[in-house]
Amino acid sequence: MFDIAIIGGGVIGGMLARQLSRYQLSVCLLEKESDVAMGATKANSGIVHGGYDPEPGTLKAKLNAEGVQKLYDVADEIHAPYRKNGSFVCAFGTPEEEATVRALYERGLVNGIKGLEILTGDEARALEPALSDKVSLVLHVTNAGIVCPYELTLAAIGNAMDNGVALKVEFAVSAIERTQKGFAVIAESGARVEAAYVVNCAGAYADRIAAMVGDDFFTIIPRAGEYMLLDKNEGARVSHTIFQVPSAEGKGVLVSPTVDGNLLTGPTAVKVGAPDHTETTPAGLETVARLAAKSVPSVNFRQVITSFSGVRASEKRGDFIIEPARSVQGMLHVAAIDSPGLTSCVAIADYAIELLREMGLATVEKADFNPVRENPHAFREMSDEEKDAYIKAHPAYGKIVCRCETVSEGEIRDAIRRNPPARDIDGVKRRTRSGMGRCQGGFCMPYVMRLIAEENGVAMERVTKKGADSYQLIGKL
Amino acid sequence: MITHDIVVVGGGPAGMAAAVAAYDAGVTDVVILDREDSVGGILRQCIHNGFGLHKLGRELTGPEYADVYRAEVEKRGIKVYLETTVTAVTPDRVVTARNREGILKIKAGAVVLAMGCRERSRGALNISGTRPAGVYSAGTAQKLINCEGYMVGRRVVILGSGDIGLIMARRMSFEGAKVEAVLEIMPYSGGLTRNIVQCLEDYDIPLYLSTTVAEIHGRERVTGVTIAEVDERRQVKEETKRYIPCDTVLLSCGLIPENELTRAAGIPIDPVTSGALVDENRETAVPGIFACGNVLQVHDLVDYVSDEAEIAGLGAADFVKGVGPAGNTVETKAGHGVRYVLPQRVHTDKGADVALFMRVTEPFGRVRFTVKSGDAVLATAVRLKAAPGEMEKIVVKNEKLAAATAPITVSLEVL
Amino acid sequence: MDRSLICIICPRGCALHVSGEGDALTVTGNACPKGGQYAVDECTHPTRTVTSIVRVANREDTMVSVKTAAPIPKEHIFDVMQKIRAAEVNAPIEAGTVILADLFGTDVIATKTIR
Repeated sequence: MFDIAIIGGGVIGGMLARQLSRYQLSVCLLEKESDVAMGATKANSGIVHGGYDPEPGTLKAKLNAEGVQKLYDVADEIHAPYRKNGSFVCAFGTPEEEATVRALYERGLVNGIKGLEILTGDEARALEPALSDKVSLVLHVTNAGIVCPYELTLAAIGNAMDNGVALKVEFAVSAIERTQKGFAVIAESGARVEAAYVVNCAGAYADRIAAMVGDDFFTIIPRAGEYMLLDKNEGARVSHTIFQVPSAEGKGVLVSPTVDGNLLTGPTAVKVGAPDHTETTPAGLETVARLAAKSVPSVNFRQVITSFSGVRASEKRGDFIIEPARSVQGMLHVAAIDSPGLTSCVAIADYAIELLREMGLATVEKADFNPVRENPHAFREMSDEEKDAYIKAHPAYGKIVCRCETVSEGEIRDAIRRNPPARDIDGVKRRTRSGMGRCQGGFCMPYVMRLIAEENGVAMERVTKKGADSYQLIGKL
Repeated sequence: MITHDIVVVGGGPAGMAAAVAAYDAGVTDVVILDREDSVGGILRQCIHNGFGLHKLGRELTGPEYADVYRAEVEKRGIKVYLETTVTAVTPDRVVTARNREGILKIKAGAVVLAMGCRERSRGALNISGTRPAGVYSAGTAQKLINCEGYMVGRRVVILGSGDIGLIMARRMSFEGAKVEAVLEIMPYSGGLTRNIVQCLEDYDIPLYLSTTVAEIHGRERVTGVTIAEVDERRQVKEETKRYIPCDTVLLSCGLIPENELTRAAGIPIDPVTSGALVDENRETAVPGIFACGNVLQVHDLVDYVSDEAEIAGLGAADFVKGVGPAGNTVETKAGHGVRYVLPQRVHTDKGADVALFMRVTEPFGRVRFTVKSGDAVLATAVRLKAAPGEMEKIVVKNEKLAAATAPITVSLEVL
Repeated sequence: MDRSLICIICPRGCALHVSGEGDALTVTGNACPKGGQYAVDECTHPTRTVTSIVRVANREDTMVSVKTAAPIPKEHIFDVMQKIRAAEVNAPIEAGTVILADLFGTDVIATKTIR
């Protein structure tokens, strides 16, 4: 019996778990996939939005404004990489677009956002030389940044687990039953977790979870967006995140560096899809390339190393839905968290905790809460001299497994051992970047499989790409 | 920091041949750094035969060919650092590497880059669809099967008719898999003709030209692919789409020289070969740094890799001895029908014949290659056929070269 | 006989043409005598070298690569493969060691040294 069960191990459920782990509470985080951060969290733009965009008076406006600094503060504590690189919202010469830029500036002031300025095209190009000549007016958002969404989530959940939170993966919730003391959350596998409170952070599946207790007052509309990620050779093409003002073609495609030094372009004009719709399409990728070139004509799309599609959990009202369940007591929905959900995640978690208190949850601080998670990338950030000394004490760090991203055996073993443990090839990839470089795992995959098999004491054939039946091998010869 | 006369980065066929050649030229303080646990590079997983006919006069498998050179390296006592990955090379020839003992820094008299190449990945190909398990680059599957003894799938579609894809079609068939088809987006195969015959035709595996994988299906493991013909612009023809059930997709869509170290050292790269710009000694634009093998240009035969590596090894030895080529150079250029020419610059007063290597832009029948400098014809060569998958070699005589002042252009005419 | 084929002896891949009957076959298109012999053999009794791997029983996840020391009749490729699949060896093995003796007139030998 837990005090709280959180359904959904994305950035919202993960950050809520982390913020709850400071209290004397038993918390269980339930995730249907083999790893955390596998839904909308895995595949989005990774942007810390300034807060100029949400409609004043909405939860989005409030939590975005509060959320930016909170996110940077927590990221510092848990060593989640981010960069305050600032963003540009660009108009391309039409009076309508320029008016939009000015309107966004005004809205930002209403939302209480600091550090906004309007730049002429030339002023913007002085800061960002690769910007298109056609850019005529720019909203410069100086507090905006970039963050790796799944690393943030892994760090939050790792820190939560270090502080006592239980994580159950491959726990696909199929029913929620009332019990005398609260709820029984039941998985498709038959596994069962009991808790006094349940928080629904199920992303694109949040309406299905809500329906399990009889709530049908919101409907998630999954919207898919496709991206292309480019080689680090292209990573310095721009230093700011370059947005376009919303147009008839949609909300516009961004061109942005990533915290890992790659260049990200996307998403496509989003479309309605299934919650697990993550296919990429030729038309989608072509659109990304065309629209990205509108902002930054020199992007070299021959340097694409991978493409992916992510699903946003939107809702028709356009605002976050963070409120108690209507059909039962003791359950909280944290739903419809689309953009700026990543930016707001810490503010959302704190707001959810406030609501839980109103619902009767007692929150007493733990004396031994450790807000700090060790930096998983400490080794790769060392100087050659420091690395040399470290390898002499820990030889596994001297064996490079992933040549493209220079990831050692030691770092991979760490990723398999520490919270939340990597269980499959993609899990290792998200934690260490092994397989995320130019060759996309062509060389290192067999080695990574061997390490996973060895650390977990299983046969090579049982190692999966991403859990369930995603086996790479069909047997020994 | 330790010092060595010559540091060879990579212990595959190129690195070993370069080290042996440098040693035999009198520079015996030569070391090889290799990231794997034994030398041989990719040859260790190429268990099929067909290696060495040109260079050694006998037909060997990949491991046997590698063993020939390993024996030569061992005979000379050339030191090989295994499981040692080079992480940086500087223009002043400081090589930084890492192994289980720590960080190694070597000041080299000359450096030979022989890191080989990698396969073009699914991401770089931008294939649409889902991202299930069961999509391998052909070489990865080859390693898992031939070196580790695991089977990767039962029903296979291979995209790309490069040699590795063709070899793997046969290999998978040998192990009981059903290879449904090999698809090639171009109107011709990039593989050797003999491989099409002995790897596909022998086993009744269809080769579909101007055809590609339009979409990959399956959530966890591949369940099938949608294939389609493409038009001249390589765009999918919607009406030709059809579904093939399979559990495995192998990609054999080209090799890319691994020049990250080269770029980081500030060495200029040829956008066509994706390898360094070199002279006839395979010296890059940074003095004392040489390149050879698949890191310089993707070869179709290891025999030619060994030849090229010997040139680079001798060049590095000459550099260390201070007797490298000097004087004027002229650039080489690809003319009509020729995709690239290597080396990209040549010393005209070298005092020796120079072989030019090139690939053609598309398959041709009978052709005549002409090597010109300005109006002067330096060499001609007639070939019964020419294909992009088969490297051509034309030797320019010393006395012709000495007179060249204008850039050297190689072009072809169809006869 | 009137048959066109492509030579697989070397990477050059000559386009060969075979005509005539019985012992009197004529080959054209070959650039070397080996090609001529290949064409005759291919039309009368085609052979192939088989290469594969054999598990090294006393080493974890280690395979030794093998080949038929000489080409074998093409129709027996899968018979040979079946025998190779069933075989196991123990390290150390020198390249050249006979692993399966006397199969269709030749041996299966190791092509890699496992120390």
